[in-house]
Amino acid sequence: MGNFGQLMDGFAVALTTHHVMIMVMGVLLGLIVGVLPGLGAPNGVSLLLPLTFTMDPISAIILLTSMYWGALFGGSTTSILFNIPGEPSSVATTFDGYPMAKQGQAVRALTLAFTSAGLGALTGVIVITLLSSWVASFAMRFGAAEYFAVYFMAFASFIGMAGGSPFKTLVSMMLGFAAATVGIDTISGESRLTFEFDELIGGISFLIAVIGLFGLGELLLTMEEGLKFEGVKAKLDIRTIARTVAEVPRYWVTLVRSALIGCWMGITPGGPTAASFMSYALGRRFSRRGKYFGKGEPEGIVAPETADHSAGSCALLPMLALGIPGSATAAVMMGGLMIWGLSPGPMLFSTRPDFVWGLIASMYMGNIIAVVLVLATVPLFAFILRAPFTVVGPMITIVCVIGAYTVANHVFDIWLALAFGIVGYVFKKLDYPLAPFVLAMVLGDKAEDAFRQAMLTSDGSPAIFFSNPLVSTMMGLGILLLCLPLITAVFKGGLFGRAGDAGAQGRSA
Amino acid sequence: MPSHALTAFALTLTVALPGAALAEWQPNRPVEFVAAAGPGGGTDTFARVVQSALSKNELLTTPIIVANKAGGSGAETFIYAKSNKGDPYKLYFGTQDAYVLPLANKLSYSLKDLTPVAALVFDPFILWVNPKASGIEDVKGFIAKAKEAPGQIKLGGAKAKEADETLMTLIERSTGTDLTYIPYKSGSEAAIQVAGGHITANVNNPSESVEQWKAGVQKPLCVFESERLADKTVIADGMSWNDVPTCVEAGINVPSFAQPRTVWAAADIPPEALAYYVELMTKAVATPEFKGYEERGAQIPRMLTGDAFKDFIKKHEASYAEMYKANGWLKAAE
Repeated sequence: MGNFGQLMDGFAVALTTHHVMIMVMGVLLGLIVGVLPGLGAPNGVSLLLPLTFTMDPISAIILLTSMYWGALFGGSTTSILFNIPGEPSSVATTFDGYPMAKQGQAVRALTLAFTSAGLGALTGVIVITLLSSWVASFAMRFGAAEYFAVYFMAFASFIGMAGGSPFKTLVSMMLGFAAATVGIDTISGESRLTFEFDELIGGISFLIAVIGLFGLGELLLTMEEGLKFEGVKAKLDIRTIARTVAEVPRYWVTLVRSALIGCWMGITPGGPTAASFMSYALGRRFSRRGKYFGKGEPEGIVAPETADHSAGSCALLPMLALGIPGSATAAVMMGGLMIWGLSPGPMLFSTRPDFVWGLIASMYMGNIIAVVLVLATVPLFAFILRAPFTVVGPMITIVCVIGAYTVANHVFDIWLALAFGIVGYVFKKLDYPLAPFVLAMVLGDKAEDAFRQAMLTSDGSPAIFFSNPLVSTMMGLGILLLCLPLITAVFKGGLFGRAGDAGAQGRSA
Repeated sequence: MPSHALTAFALTLTVALPGAALAEWQPNRPVEFVAAAGPGGGTDTFARVVQSALSKNELLTTPIIVANKAGGSGAETFIYAKSNKGDPYKLYFGTQDAYVLPLANKLSYSLKDLTPVAALVFDPFILWVNPKASGIEDVKGFIAKAKEAPGQIKLGGAKAKEADETLMTLIERSTGTDLTYIPYKSGSEAAIQVAGGHITANVNNPSESVEQWKAGVQKPLCVFESERLADKTVIADGMSWNDVPTCVEAGINVPSFAQPRTVWAAADIPPEALAYYVELMTKAVATPEFKGYEERGAQIPRMLTGDAFKDFIKKHEASYAEMYKANGWLKAAE
């Protein structure tokens, strides 16, 4: 196996003391950056980039990727502790992570998240190792129609699983689409929904919306409920960490399912954010404990975290092999490659195998180091929660406001985040789900571009979405996921002899 | 602070300052480079290459921070420049977008809000196809195919309007063909779509497709320049950039369509600061880092400063305005 030999050479490159030190430093920096919402991995990596100009490319990419791993882990921390996702891809972690922390199980929640994330990342790296030569040619098969099909599957899996009123899910999703529309449209070059505000011409940053909807919205709710914050009761027991790590293998079904979804979404253009949402949605649907999702269910943390990290690792492959970044952070790193004098593209694997395989080897090491380091920080973070709400509340507010400002250094964004905070509060009060809104905001713009590009390519014929086996399969699966609630309703109705009743339900859905 | 102390302080300042102002202007705190593109985009790489050239060769010893303001196809950068009028600690990096964007969109900034510093280099445009997927080997084949099936050739580019779509309309007009433009987020994305056989052709800068060319999934048909590119190093199929015919040679009468890589400052910065930056950029262009960047991208080393740059801007803007008018893209009069 040629890849294996090259990987061993890569380890020889990555395992020098110098490079291991760089990994530790990168992961620590990444953790700090990931914990602060708004700053995030892309910003952190671009701040660090100038430092790498004088380094050799291998050390430089190891530093940047280690920081990326650190930031991905750090992003989950605030999701769980304060309901503020530090990274877009850790939004789905808030759904069960935060309720668990509120129930006084912050240590368990954090440990679960970090351990499953580490496992997810390792799966991703193994997939990269095995499939690197095949992925480039596979990714080439993705045209606009295929892109759209990937996004469609993500949306469909979400609608298909939505609990509660389908009408409310739809309203929430449509509002998300509207928010994603703001700014200059790629296809026509016209500005849309900007109302001639300069600040809106760049569109609404997804991070601003998340900081408002989740962080500030939750804060408003907590205040109304009378300043009680049950995290206070969290017991600080170091042994909990070890016990929780030992507990993770029990969720192997969820782990495998989520890792598969993650790798798939990382290689295709879906990306880590879509992967974590889809994995959460499918977990809720197919897990035996699905009905506990959203109430502090361990599997509800394992599912998105595993998928997020395996997608994050796999997303680096299209960047190296095609020069198409799979995530915002990958885009910054790609910029770095070009400045170091390397050209990402199909030839990189043959022209600079030492670089590519050194990087892949460092991904194994970097993730292991990251897991160990973040587990060590768990007691520290859990300790923060023991502070009374009168201290934690203002602290969250400050973090949110600073986060909103840091995204693009716009004061306007702070007001926008406050507005989203109110929206988030109203949504919660009226029992509208936030997740579809967020998903639509993340993918809406990309899905729209892909759809319109596909329609331009086919001169307006929707047949392009069923024009080859790849795209037909994806669209078919998407439609199946969309109809799943209907099908199960009919099926169950049939079993219990209440077909008419279930049919009526199906029609109303 | 008592008021007399304040007066004394102000006095020392007024005594000390003229001396400082007479001497050459020098930045004494960090300088911000604002790139009118997202990370990884052409303008982003441009700004970061200048950053690395300056700091590696210690031409600028205060820290340089690169920020990306890509919103509104980069308009965000120039609006930001407007709000930082007179601030000599910020430079803005772009292309022709600085003056082309306001043509089609109602934006709150205009060219008056910017001080032109320099155009450091020009990026040529090339017409690419995937020879295997499309069966097109040269410009003749391209035109023949376009005439055979009007509207069936899908040509990809970065963003709507602006350089890439404008260039397509020029190709259409000079060859009497009808092509369909498909906008993508970036030039490299369009290149991958051509390489994968999803669309027929694309136009972009050499650096965005060269790796696909080496891999044999893209082929350059012609370069939109009046002369062939200079580099004779063989890249793929025994061809160098110099072996790519100009489009005029090959049968598309679009003589020159290069994209300047431009540096701007806000309006009303001190003239000494402008002079300082012009000199700084001249030094940056001479560094090995910048030379390497030019070579990798097969760019045309043509630097413009001062009045030459201003003249160029005026002419370039006018030619874009004319093309936009012909395409019906000019923004509605208020």
